[in-house]
Amino acid sequence: MKNAFKFIWLGVVLLFIYVPVAVLAVYSFTDAAMVGGNIGGFSFDNYLNLFKNEELRSMIFGTLVLAFVCAAISTVLATLGAIGSFYSKRITKSLINTANQIPVVNADIVTGFSVCILLIVILRIGKDTFIPLGVGHVVLTAPFVYLSIIPKLKQMDNSLYEAALDLGATPVQALFKVVLPQLIPGILSGFMLAVTLSLDDYFVTTYTKPSTFDTISTYVVNATKGSQTEIKTALWALSTLIFVIVIALVVAMNLLSGRKKEAAK
Amino acid sequence: MTKLRFNRSQLCIPYAVFLILFVIAPLVVIVYYAFTNGQGNFTFANFINFFAGTNTLGTLVYSFALATVTTLVCLVIAYPTAYVLARSNFKKKYVLLMLFVLPMWINFTLRITALKEILTVFEGNIAKYPFLNSVIGMTYDFLPFMILPLYTSLLKLDKSLLEAASDLGANRFTVFMRVTLPLSVPGIISGMTMVLLPSMTNYVVLDMLYNSTYIMGSLIGSYFSAYDWNNGSLISLVLLVIIFLVTLVTNRFSDKDAGNRGAVL
Repeated sequence: MKNAFKFIWLGVVLLFIYVPVAVLAVYSFTDAAMVGGNIGGFSFDNYLNLFKNEELRSMIFGTLVLAFVCAAISTVLATLGAIGSFYSKRITKSLINTANQIPVVNADIVTGFSVCILLIVILRIGKDTFIPLGVGHVVLTAPFVYLSIIPKLKQMDNSLYEAALDLGATPVQALFKVVLPQLIPGILSGFMLAVTLSLDDYFVTTYTKPSTFDTISTYVVNATKGSQTEIKTALWALSTLIFVIVIALVVAMNLLSGRKKEAAK
Repeated sequence: MTKLRFNRSQLCIPYAVFLILFVIAPLVVIVYYAFTNGQGNFTFANFINFFAGTNTLGTLVYSFALATVTTLVCLVIAYPTAYVLARSNFKKKYVLLMLFVLPMWINFTLRITALKEILTVFEGNIAKYPFLNSVIGMTYDFLPFMILPLYTSLLKLDKSLLEAASDLGANRFTVFMRVTLPLSVPGIISGMTMVLLPSMTNYVVLDMLYNSTYIMGSLIGSYFSAYDWNNGSLISLVLLVIIFLVTLVTNRFSDKDAGNRGAVL
């Protein structure tokens, strides 16, 4: 492909990806009630509303707590699971791998609905206990943590563990002091992935959440059905805020990994 | 008395139990519910309702049509993009790739809200173009999932094969058609599955863009609202079978590295 054509193509795709988010970001700093509408003037009201409005504030807080708690549980479960299955007999290993693959390939809506049927309809665990919601999110995220740890186990030098045992470490010590530290990059990226999957989820949440609790996804969907302008424009501010945080995180991660590579040289 | 000895493989027990309880058991329950009625008696009624009902069959057809068009549009946009990115001489290709997949981490409901505002500016009444807007919305939502596996498989492509082909007299078009394209098939397949399944089920995109036609996901949603667990389970079962068939086909082209949702993180 000719160079100019390449750049034009990439540019057009980037426009498609970023124009909606960017336009919304611009409008979030105005007092306009709709995109394309009259811009009266510059205003921070949308951002202030995010923190002033009790409903919005608790919804954002709840979403974050849910994501981080479930990601933490997923990370512990799946890290132990990955280490265990890696050293298990071949049959056990392949059974766990297969079961782990189910939520990965399954549609989120089926995962959510099936957890709802088992826990809420059959076992009659109340939605208000947050147990179905928590279980749902762990089912959704743990398999991805597992998948991000397995490659690190494969890369690991197994003789280090045996050396530790020969030098008198107990298996538990060897596990914590030798194996786990080598898995840290995989564990961290698995945890981050779990957080983002949980934050983005709509379907598992809808089918398992208490009726009075909302995450960003379920809240936004309900808000678009309503016609409260103040809420609608505050959500523009939320979207912009998340956008900025994501960019900051990606830049920070790139700088960090860049520095690590420099250090390695 | 024998002392219980610690063995690394035992670490997978909690995760294995978790998978059995909350991944396998819910699916068993779905199958049971799909073939019983509200009283718990065995029946084919749900099955017949689905496959003999013109509405439900229409939904299946509409889902397939929407999902197929979305997948093809994603492929047509993503392939050249991934190709240019993977072949560019730019030092930090990774940063460029980030630019294209970064929006993936913004909550999808917020992104669709942004898209909706832009479409409203362009189209006026967006309810006039339900199918078109749904395709645009889903493409906007799922494009990164297509770019990622394509990029991975194009990046891995052995450059010497391309050189060999052109040394042997193939022109650039022939090199692409006979070498590059066949070797990127695993990426194409895994990208297609990652877009196809969500676009059959993610009814939130349709709802938010005022497309009132049902897709498979909407059926589960409406049965859920009506507390009709049996028919809801049958739809889930139909989706599970579709997913199973797709997995069978794609396993033949399997490419372990491409296709993880979290490949970049």
